[in-house]
Amino acid sequence: MSVQAQLLPGTLDLLILRAVSLGPLHGYGVLLRIEQISGGALLIEQGALYPGLFRLLRQGLLKADWGTSENNRRAKFYELTATGQKRLREETASWNRLATAIANALAVQPEES
Amino acid sequence: MRLFDSLRSFASSLFHRNAIDRDMEEELRSHIEHRADDLVRSGLSRAEAERRARIEFGGYQRFKEESREALGVHFGESFLQDVRFCLRGMAKKPGFTVVAVLTLAFAIGANSVVFGVLNAFILRPLNVPHAESLYGLWRLSSNDMATSYPDYLDLRDRNHTFESLIAYNVTQAGLDTGSDPSRAWVEEASGNYFDALGLQPYLGRVFHSSDEHGPNSAPYIVLTHAFWHTHFQDDPAVLGRVVRLNKHPFTIIGVAPPEFHGTLMFFNPDFFVPIVDHQWIDVSDMNARGDRWVFMTLGHLKAGVTPAQAIADLNSVGAYLEKAYPKDDPKMSFKLARPSLYGDYIGRPVRTFMTGLMLLAGLILLAACANLGSLFAARAADRSREVALRLALGSSRKRILRGLFTEALLISLMGGAVGLAGSVVLLHALSVWQPISRWPLHMSVNPDAKVYAVALLLALASGLLFGAVPVRQVLHTNPYEVMKGSVAETKRGRFGLRMTFQDVLLVVQIAICAVLVTSSIVAVRGLARSLHNNFGFELQNTMLVETDLNMAGYLGDKAPPMQKRMIDAVAAIPGVETVGLADQVPLGDVQPGSNVFTDNTSNLSPSNAATDAMMFKVSPEYFQAAGTALVSGRSFTWQEDKDKPRVAVVNREFARKIFGSVAKAMGAYFKMPDGTRIQIVGIAEDGKYGSLTEDPQPVMFLPILQWPSNSAYLVVRSSRDPDQLGPAIRSTLRDLDSGLPVYIQTRFKALDAFLFGPRMATISLGVLGVMGAMLSVVGIFGMASYSVSKRLREFGIRIALGAQRRELLQTALGRAGKLLAIGSGVGLLLGLAAGKVLAFLVSQATPWDPIVLGGVLLTMLLLGLLAGWVPARRALSTDPLMLLREE
Repeated sequence: MSVQAQLLPGTLDLLILRAVSLGPLHGYGVLLRIEQISGGALLIEQGALYPGLFRLLRQGLLKADWGTSENNRRAKFYELTATGQKRLREETASWNRLATAIANALAVQPEES
Repeated sequence: MRLFDSLRSFASSLFHRNAIDRDMEEELRSHIEHRADDLVRSGLSRAEAERRARIEFGGYQRFKEESREALGVHFGESFLQDVRFCLRGMAKKPGFTVVAVLTLAFAIGANSVVFGVLNAFILRPLNVPHAESLYGLWRLSSNDMATSYPDYLDLRDRNHTFESLIAYNVTQAGLDTGSDPSRAWVEEASGNYFDALGLQPYLGRVFHSSDEHGPNSAPYIVLTHAFWHTHFQDDPAVLGRVVRLNKHPFTIIGVAPPEFHGTLMFFNPDFFVPIVDHQWIDVSDMNARGDRWVFMTLGHLKAGVTPAQAIADLNSVGAYLEKAYPKDDPKMSFKLARPSLYGDYIGRPVRTFMTGLMLLAGLILLAACANLGSLFAARAADRSREVALRLALGSSRKRILRGLFTEALLISLMGGAVGLAGSVVLLHALSVWQPISRWPLHMSVNPDAKVYAVALLLALASGLLFGAVPVRQVLHTNPYEVMKGSVAETKRGRFGLRMTFQDVLLVVQIAICAVLVTSSIVAVRGLARSLHNNFGFELQNTMLVETDLNMAGYLGDKAPPMQKRMIDAVAAIPGVETVGLADQVPLGDVQPGSNVFTDNTSNLSPSNAATDAMMFKVSPEYFQAAGTALVSGRSFTWQEDKDKPRVAVVNREFARKIFGSVAKAMGAYFKMPDGTRIQIVGIAEDGKYGSLTEDPQPVMFLPILQWPSNSAYLVVRSSRDPDQLGPAIRSTLRDLDSGLPVYIQTRFKALDAFLFGPRMATISLGVLGVMGAMLSVVGIFGMASYSVSKRLREFGIRIALGAQRRELLQTALGRAGKLLAIGSGVGLLLGLAAGKVLAFLVSQATPWDPIVLGGVLLTMLLLGLLAGWVPARRALSTDPLMLLREE
């Protein structure tokens, strides 16, 4: 389990948006997709996904509709809205900037004196 | 957008909570089952897989709760919780709740009443379509809206900026519908009246321009809806009925729409007749260009025409008329006036007063908010332990503040509702009230949507205002400190005499109260004084009998003998001392006037006039009957009729203005505009003629025998009870002519119209003053009793150590006393300044008057005593033993 990393606060929303951007998903599917695209490196408590989904729903970044899953069960499917797509692009860019900056900062070697 | 979202989720959460919950439940379950499916696939049994799936899911209830919050469902729910919690708290402290709600109810009620009146008087235009483009013509030279009929016709036909100019005049006429003849109020209106105003009849038809074919060509009556209702019992068969107006037959052709009460605001006529019938209604010559009897002309501006263009247009018509009729229309320039209160004649002072009143009412509301703010702050201080506990247990400050605001808003909405209900009752009462019995005055001040909106806004605003007072307290609560120390000691002690915010609120409030008390005492004093004025006639033991011979058909030469018979008949009634007759009386409905010229003026054009004097035509006994003292000379005799040289009695002001002194005026001559020379045979004392606040006016009294008039007031001097004398006079006059309309009142009652303004001012200021006083008492009481209750332990110890009562009182009430003194001082100064504003409404309203100053000080002192009494008793009766035991 030590290979799995705790999520940074606020990154769950970004991951959800990214997962859903690849195609409509139900809640459990979102979870699986995140696991898959992160190579199983991220640990998400299953139930914690839902407050995040509803928050995005309320902000109008996602839209949801009941449908039937591949298991032939009723499930609610989530999809990105136009604002959701826009937000995803912005957040991704900003995350990349942050990540690069931090990576650069950490990569600095102490100078020989 | 955020607001809309939260409102939407708030609403949906209130109404669809169950649906949302079910939806969420199903979704979470679906998740668990999908997970279980996967686990089954990896080889677990179904039961075991479901168990594992549930465990992996985590805290089901917690996530559900969080999800709800994320959806915004929580807000509505916690709001309802807050409301329930507040209601429980209020029910537990009913005293606090009742005081708070009543305080606000009074303040908001006062505001909505004042606003309701303001709204009806000033903001609400005449009840006709497109009232916003309706303007009246205001003549600058005479500073009124009156005009003559020929001038009206010229203005109507020659202007290019008005759609259609209408003219109207309000007067009285004797209406005989077959039974008891009575006086009725008539609006004489030009033929285009209804069409230009865009009004359709309720029943039958109205008259049009096409009905006018010269003088007396259209004997038609259009009833107002109200008059149709009260006098004809809504009978539709009234159409076509012939009634007699001043003995002339008129046909009722229609009924005006119910919401239309004529174009003179609040002065509701009984019916409308075409203005071309004027000679049947009144004696004045409608074709004389110099006789400006038409009350007002008004009309809609054409689309796209600005008021400035209209004024220029009217002035060019005026310039033409000046040139064409230099004698009658010497100066003719115009401005536009709103046809509002009494045709905008009394608009300005009323507007000023109402604005002032609105301001005062606003101050009252502010004072009430200050009061409630202090109460809330005190309560928040008392609840500091509870707040600290809740903070320590993890409640957010936001949540606690929301609770406080919910409480404040609940109280303010309740107060607003009670206040609004009260004001609606009061406004309805005002609307049906007829303040001056002989005038058809109806102040339609019924509240409309605007009044309700204002009350609601005020309630919300004041709730937020006083709810905000304890915010800082809550934000600064440090749970650790509060739980550690037993009581959060008020910081007052440390800062010594420095004023806290609450102190400032209280001072402001006391100052407002003092302003109100000062201005109401000033108004009451002014009113009382103006009643003890020298009117130039006596109010006591005088009756005023108004008849109109014109209405009874006594025209021209038939009038004087009838007048003599009336005088003799009334004088013969037992108990009557003297009877005088006058065409108009001072401080009556109308004050006719005329230019007068010095004896050596030969060119009698208006610009050469020595002065414009009021003119009363009276019988020889008038002066004695009215109680008007002659300073010098004599009254008239019955022998001085048309065949004798013209004589006059003038007042001192007339003598002073034209001749320089009373002595020079006696026996001297002056001229009337038609060249008649008149000799002055007597000088009367000065009095009040046109208004209670006027400066001395030049006045002449002429013998009614030499200047006959159809209009007749009998002035009856008698010490008999007016209630007995009235009917006796009425039956005596009915014996002379059963068709004679008679209106009897005491001379004092006849002043109602003049005292109406000052009285209303006094009453409204008085009511506001009492409310201000009540609020101050509550405020001082609240502050003093709170500080006493906080320091009971200290008092107990001091009593145990042998403190004197005086010292204790000083400690307990010193602060309240100081605030009271500061507030009263400030308020008194402001009140003295406000007195100036009052002076033009209530005559002789001067605040520089020992009684006013003393009265204000005494009132404020009494208020202080009243408010401080209970807390002082409580401080003095502190029992040290009890307190020690409580510890």
